[in-house]
Amino acid sequence: MPDLDEYARRARAWLETATAALPPDPGLAAARAFMADLHDAGYSGITWPAEYGGQGLSAAEERVFQQAARDLVLPVGVFGIGLGMCGPTLLSIGTEEQKRRYIRPLLRGEEIWCQMFSEPGAGSDVASLQTRAVLDGDAWLVNGQKVWTSVAKQADFGLLIARTNPDVPKHQGITMFVVDMHDPGVTVRPLRDMTGESHFNEVYFDDVRIAADQVVGEVDGGWSAAVTTLLHERVSIGMGAARTERPASFEALSGAARERGLLANPLVRDRLVDLYLQERAFDLLSARMSQEVKAGIQPGARGSVVKLLLAELTLDSADAASEILGPGTVAHDDDGKIARALAWGPGMALGGGTNEIMRNIIGDRVLGLPREPQVDRTVPFRDLKVGTQAKEASK
Amino acid sequence: MRLIPTDEQKDLAAAVRAFVAETSPLSRVREVAESGEPYDRRVWARMSGELGLPGLVIPEEHGGAGAGRGELGAVLEELGAALTPSPLLGAVFAADLLLACGDAGAAKDLLPGIAAGTTIATAFWANPDDPAIEVRSGELHGVAPRVLNGADADLVLVAAGDGLYAVESGFTATPLTTLDLTRPQARLEFAGTPARRAGTADVARALDLASVALAAEQLGGLRRCLDVIVEYAKLRVQFGRYVGSFQGVKHKLADMHCVLEQAESIVRYACWAADEDPSELPVAAALAQSYLGRAYFRVAKDHLLLHGGIGFTWEHDAHLYYKRAKTDELLLGAPRHHRTRLAGHLGLL
Repeated sequence: MPDLDEYARRARAWLETATAALPPDPGLAAARAFMADLHDAGYSGITWPAEYGGQGLSAAEERVFQQAARDLVLPVGVFGIGLGMCGPTLLSIGTEEQKRRYIRPLLRGEEIWCQMFSEPGAGSDVASLQTRAVLDGDAWLVNGQKVWTSVAKQADFGLLIARTNPDVPKHQGITMFVVDMHDPGVTVRPLRDMTGESHFNEVYFDDVRIAADQVVGEVDGGWSAAVTTLLHERVSIGMGAARTERPASFEALSGAARERGLLANPLVRDRLVDLYLQERAFDLLSARMSQEVKAGIQPGARGSVVKLLLAELTLDSADAASEILGPGTVAHDDDGKIARALAWGPGMALGGGTNEIMRNIIGDRVLGLPREPQVDRTVPFRDLKVGTQAKEASK
Repeated sequence: MRLIPTDEQKDLAAAVRAFVAETSPLSRVREVAESGEPYDRRVWARMSGELGLPGLVIPEEHGGAGAGRGELGAVLEELGAALTPSPLLGAVFAADLLLACGDAGAAKDLLPGIAAGTTIATAFWANPDDPAIEVRSGELHGVAPRVLNGADADLVLVAAGDGLYAVESGFTATPLTTLDLTRPQARLEFAGTPARRAGTADVARALDLASVALAAEQLGGLRRCLDVIVEYAKLRVQFGRYVGSFQGVKHKLADMHCVLEQAESIVRYACWAADEDPSELPVAAALAQSYLGRAYFRVAKDHLLLHGGIGFTWEHDAHLYYKRAKTDELLLGAPRHHRTRLAGHLGLL
């Protein structure tokens, strides 16, 4: 396909020039400028409709562009939720006005988006959420709390799901909204996670008024939209794995073991062989799935396989590193690289759906196994037990 | 690196799947296994004649089809899934030794019969746990403790010292009582057995190619085990629920599926390396056996256990896969043997 080859050449040339011009550690202003340039050059929203600011091209051009950008670091992380989840959701179920208002600034990096689904009482079971939205005249009044919200601090807008009808079963009384994150009733607090750093936020809603035309999809029909959004998340977490750094890779660990003379120990060699098998099996599966996608086979729920295996590899490799390299790994050897990997490890196994949820998805949707009986499908939300219950006093 | 099958490979797999479904259902596999016959000779004649399987990877100049390891893998996956008794694996091992032996005369004489399926061929090389075969005055001495189809083969290719030897008669073959009744093995005793020297034995390459071929068979069996137990979990009811709805069962099946996805990726990679990149083959082959041996046995074991009590009965097929999986895991040496090879290739030794 000569047209695609030409497209690839031009994309690559543009990317090389644009990334070379970036400052060493681009801040928010530089990232926004990069997005605007990316959009001007025609590479932001490649497959998104042209009438809303996209390029109106096919998945083939998108793949070619991703391929061209594969070994480059683009400062687009802060826009990831908008580009990967909020934008596609608005495009598929948003109103005409919403698409015209929000898509172009999103693609140009002028407005940053976040996604607010999880709550302290609704983790794996997001549909049991308790944040309330009550119709008050021509607007919805929102009160409640969200958690694990990425980029909430920087975000201008967010997609929120809230309970609009507690008298029907839990999946049927949820509505999705666009929230202005600058509303005075919205409070964002950084959440310090187990790494000691803050990668996520808590978001509090205190009498936040949302205009009725900011409902995304149908009132009380927000659950199916949320499911679609979350599927995007699962695929993107797993499939981008090859690009993330691996402090406890086989290559790094076997090198470190050799330098320290540890390879003489057969138990060390055995552990390294185990790690190699696990890592290579994962990498080859990732590569095979990418080839399938290129060949037009969509992974669908099989994205959960990649996500689960990556979570296990992330935890197991950090564990193996500490086992092989010894006590120094938890006392700041190598600038605390392995200690950091150990502290990061659980994040991958919990974010975007826990390992147990991944196994449910694989069982239900890949293998087609019968679902568990679900009492919560038929009981009105207000009669349902949700969240963490107080311990019952023994009688 | 290509990790997804070509349309030709898919077509070939479909043809073999249809063939074994027609000629060798599991009821027939059991009949053959319990009959004392090593395999169904009529089925073998059709596998050789109609499908050309024994000559698949043998070059056209020697009467084969000159196909690649990806094609062979596609075939072995289907035969592994169906547990079809056949002398194909031994024939592939033998042909690979001959193709690498550097003796054009031996290859020219012996390969056409193997390719046609009229010569039942098998192979023996000692793995690190076995005693070596000695050559004195052109005659073989020693014991080959376990040889695939050793009691019914017309031709045995034996690696001894650095040489490859073709043996047709003059040895004692004792059929072994094997755990896996669908795959006969025999103990061969050479005591001054006349042998034709057929160049050198490249045992490392033979083991690499055998590892890849066997891995494809293991993948087929693994996939079938998972398919079977998933179907059963959708039908079997206990405590008023389909057993597949219990997370204790569902999560185990999900993990087995993850193993399958990775096993398939590794087998595709190993077949690709065998066809396209000789420098990657040793690592890919050792990786394939190190992973697939354990993977197939674990999945076969859990597939048997998840059937519950019926899985422990002779009449249920679960034990056939369990036994094949364990036999395959050890066929080319104990798992530690493959892991040691892998460690060597990775520079850990």
